[in-house]
Amino acid sequence: MAEMTHSHTGTVSADPSARFYQKHHHPENGTLLGFWLYLMSDCLIFACLFITYAVLGHNYAAGPSGADAFDLPTVALNTSLLLFSSITYGFAMLEMQRKQLSRVLVWLAITGLLGAGFISLELTEFAHLIHEGAGPQRSGFLTAFFSLVGTHGLHVTFGIVWLVTLMFQLKKHGLTPENVRRLTCLSMFWHFLDVVWIGVFTFVYLMGVL
Amino acid sequence: MSAHHSEHDHGHGHGDHGAHDSESHGTFKGYVTGFILSVILTAIPFWLVMGHVFSNHTTTALVIAGFAAVQIVVHMVYFLHMNGRMEGGWSLLALIFTGILLVIVLSGSIWVMYHLNNNMMHMPVKMEGMS
Amino acid sequence: MSETLDLTKLIFGRLSLEAIPYHEPILVGTFCMVALGGLAAFIAMTYFRLWGPFWRNWVTSIDHKRIGIMYIVLGVVMLLRGFADALMMRAQQALSFGDAHGFLPPHHYDQVFTAHGVIMIFFVAMPLVTGLMNYVVPLQIGARDVAFPFLNNFSFWMTTFGAVLVMASLFIGEFARTGWLAYPPLSGILGSPDVGVDYYIWSLQIAGVGTLLSGVNLIATIVKMRAPGMTLMKMPVFTWTALCTNVLIVVTFPVLTAVLAMLSMDRYVGTNFFTNDLGGNAMMYVNLIWIWGHPEVYILVLPAFGVFSEVVPTFTGKRMFGYTSMVYATVVITVLSYLVWLHHFFTMGSGASVNSFFGITTMIISIPTGAKIFNWLFTMYRGRIRFEVPMLWTVGFMITFVLGGMTGVLLAVPPADFVLHNSLFLIAHFHNVIIGGVVFAMFAGITYWFPKAFGFKLDEFWGKCAFWFWFVGFYFAFMPLYVLGLMGVTRRLSHFEDQSLQIWFVIAAFGGALIALGIGSFLLSIFVAILRRKQYRDVTGDPWNARTLEWSTSSPPPDYNFAFTPVVYDRDAWADMKKAGFVRPLSGFVDIHMPKSTAAGFTIAALSAVMGFALIWQMWLLAGLSFVAMMVAIIKHTFNYNRDFYIKADEVVRTEEERTRLLAQHG
Repeated sequence: MAEMTHSHTGTVSADPSARFYQKHHHPENGTLLGFWLYLMSDCLIFACLFITYAVLGHNYAAGPSGADAFDLPTVALNTSLLLFSSITYGFAMLEMQRKQLSRVLVWLAITGLLGAGFISLELTEFAHLIHEGAGPQRSGFLTAFFSLVGTHGLHVTFGIVWLVTLMFQLKKHGLTPENVRRLTCLSMFWHFLDVVWIGVFTFVYLMGVL
Repeated sequence: MSAHHSEHDHGHGHGDHGAHDSESHGTFKGYVTGFILSVILTAIPFWLVMGHVFSNHTTTALVIAGFAAVQIVVHMVYFLHMNGRMEGGWSLLALIFTGILLVIVLSGSIWVMYHLNNNMMHMPVKMEGMS
Repeated sequence: MSETLDLTKLIFGRLSLEAIPYHEPILVGTFCMVALGGLAAFIAMTYFRLWGPFWRNWVTSIDHKRIGIMYIVLGVVMLLRGFADALMMRAQQALSFGDAHGFLPPHHYDQVFTAHGVIMIFFVAMPLVTGLMNYVVPLQIGARDVAFPFLNNFSFWMTTFGAVLVMASLFIGEFARTGWLAYPPLSGILGSPDVGVDYYIWSLQIAGVGTLLSGVNLIATIVKMRAPGMTLMKMPVFTWTALCTNVLIVVTFPVLTAVLAMLSMDRYVGTNFFTNDLGGNAMMYVNLIWIWGHPEVYILVLPAFGVFSEVVPTFTGKRMFGYTSMVYATVVITVLSYLVWLHHFFTMGSGASVNSFFGITTMIISIPTGAKIFNWLFTMYRGRIRFEVPMLWTVGFMITFVLGGMTGVLLAVPPADFVLHNSLFLIAHFHNVIIGGVVFAMFAGITYWFPKAFGFKLDEFWGKCAFWFWFVGFYFAFMPLYVLGLMGVTRRLSHFEDQSLQIWFVIAAFGGALIALGIGSFLLSIFVAILRRKQYRDVTGDPWNARTLEWSTSSPPPDYNFAFTPVVYDRDAWADMKKAGFVRPLSGFVDIHMPKSTAAGFTIAALSAVMGFALIWQMWLLAGLSFVAMMVAIIKHTFNYNRDFYIKADEVVRTEEERTRLLAQHG
């Protein structure tokens, strides 16, 4: 913020004090930066979970290992659902720029459904593992797995709740600057979760199977 | 003396001229490019593992880690529109700072825990698989 | 039959009348005092009809100044509780030798030292630091509030309700007995099946959310809301330290959140993060918690350094020496604080190569701090030093903190640490730096900025008494602990067999008594000042002839802080303005855009505390209901798009004219 714009009180004579204040000042809105900073803090939470997975990831306690527990085709399907949901959200943002509210809502709805699909597949996977006796209490490895993947899933779930709420707010108020900011924040959140998932499918699922 | 006129556009709220200065916009081309790249960068690692392409597990691990790193950058650029101009450079700075700390904390913890486990866990690591 | 029992369990969990400690006389006595005090406060509030104003002007306020004051009040109140714990420990350790066993059985003593640590770090030091940053930073950068005023209010109430949970553990159930960091396996479900560790977990999780959000808030504020012309290298040093502190908060507190969540999963769900069997690893807890813990102490000390960087130039009448190196030192400390964490557990067994690395980094991190000390000294050199109360605290800090830093460098040598780890030497070291650094800074800062916040100075005589009692008391209380530590005495013991050690503990207890007088003097300095406020009144807004923008406003500042946004050309912007013969504008005022008060922050935080309490006592129905209620409250809040209003220009005119009148009286 190096610009030094200032206005006078209107007098012609040199008022040495006038340069020290400015009548109208609009500070920049901090919402997008603030949300990005929150996402950085979220990175650290996931980092801790990844560290835990790195440390405990081979502690099978004579129970199932990654090769036993993971079904890669399902993971591939899940990954595609999330990736598609990223681009559908991207399309929602494009329609937002074109001020097409109804199309925004359509793409948001699709994103939400894809996200819900992701979550239900994941819940099915979890339920299956628990049913097989490979729940989070079984070993350090499974504890780390469930907590990392589960935390990611929780974030996606909150994202879906936020998405639905925002759809109602868009219907009510339209594409106001405030709502545009909210859509942008959710966009950052959603893509961030996809970035974390890249780490998850690589380091947990793919490497876990090796 | 009072100045009783508000010079603000009430519909706007404050500081919106800031919002779209620093916010980068996506384009259709950008999103689709990012998407296609991501699909490729996802499909290959899955294929490498599911198809048992490399016999050496370490090689596989390093290669898919590399693909993950590249795909993360793709997401940052094409989906999150990350560049040095977002928020006057602060977003990139925050990301780099967080990234450095992540590297420190991840590698540091793995290093520390490896040594602790080796020295302090009652069974030598080699014997962990045996009951 | 079993259905009724299940219903009781669903509603009440493991809460029962047994949770209330009827048979502990100390607690019963404390409760009576608290109840009487609370009742007196309630009656006074009702009689003077203060509930309405309290709710409207304080509880629901999103004004950073009010929130800052409330944080400091919270910190001071919790200081009394934390210090009571300290006095009990000193008393117990002075008495309990051989056949004499003092008055605190181990079961109780362990809760006292745990609560002492938790309260002092999380509910005294953090709120005081956050309160000062909240109050001062927007004023120093020429802004009208922080970037996210509602979040600010919410953060405060989350911190407060975290404190409420800790206090509740006094009278309902018990607190953790694990030490302030609650290492597993002692803190696991097998080691501590009772509610104590759960109180610990939930109060810290709730307060932690508040702290994290306020970190985001202050960074965005400093980045986005500086007055025109105030580039980064023209910011006051306190604002620089606030920026670095909040960066640390944003990247550090998530680690605490994650680790406590893992511990709670082990306790509630039976996972194996830190268990001794099935593949858990208790050492990982220690590693992760100190990745949080070390940056945490820098979160506490950097604002302290910032306070001194404001006090020294003001009371020396010179600009800060070496501004650039101060900034660089602060940034370097911020990064380096992430490279030293293992020095907290050299003895856990990571081996020579790991220990050497972290020992060296620990020694390196003392260098930028040393640079700062030299800069303060060079600022003072050839200055016209006024030894007012804030400056006394500063000189006390320099002596005390340097001493504590030196013992820190001693401990940084792994072989030395193998002897001294977990001894009273360690206790003496960290109290040396925290009291000498953080506590002294808080008293300096409160004394320095009190006139800005309230319009009158604190009583100088009692302020000086406070300093001298604290300074002398500190040395009596902690130097013996260095001696005892070198002799091999371990921390956290409630009983000793070796009678020859007793004299040292008695001296330490005497020190504790002096510090108690120091705290009493501090409270008196406030109380007497309130009584004599007309006499101590400052109408200029600049009672210390200071250098930064907050002193250009009235004392207290108007709600909107600045009628016109200041324009900055140099460091020490206010000093620059005074030198140029600045005269306040008297006309041309416009409507000012301000955020509205809201009850949402208080409500959501209160619900989270209810949920925390329910989870502690395993009252699953209440936990579920309060969670749902919290979600509803949050979503409801997001539907509120009507969050601001305008202070009309007329009112600004009136406020500014009132100030002109006051200044004329004084002039």
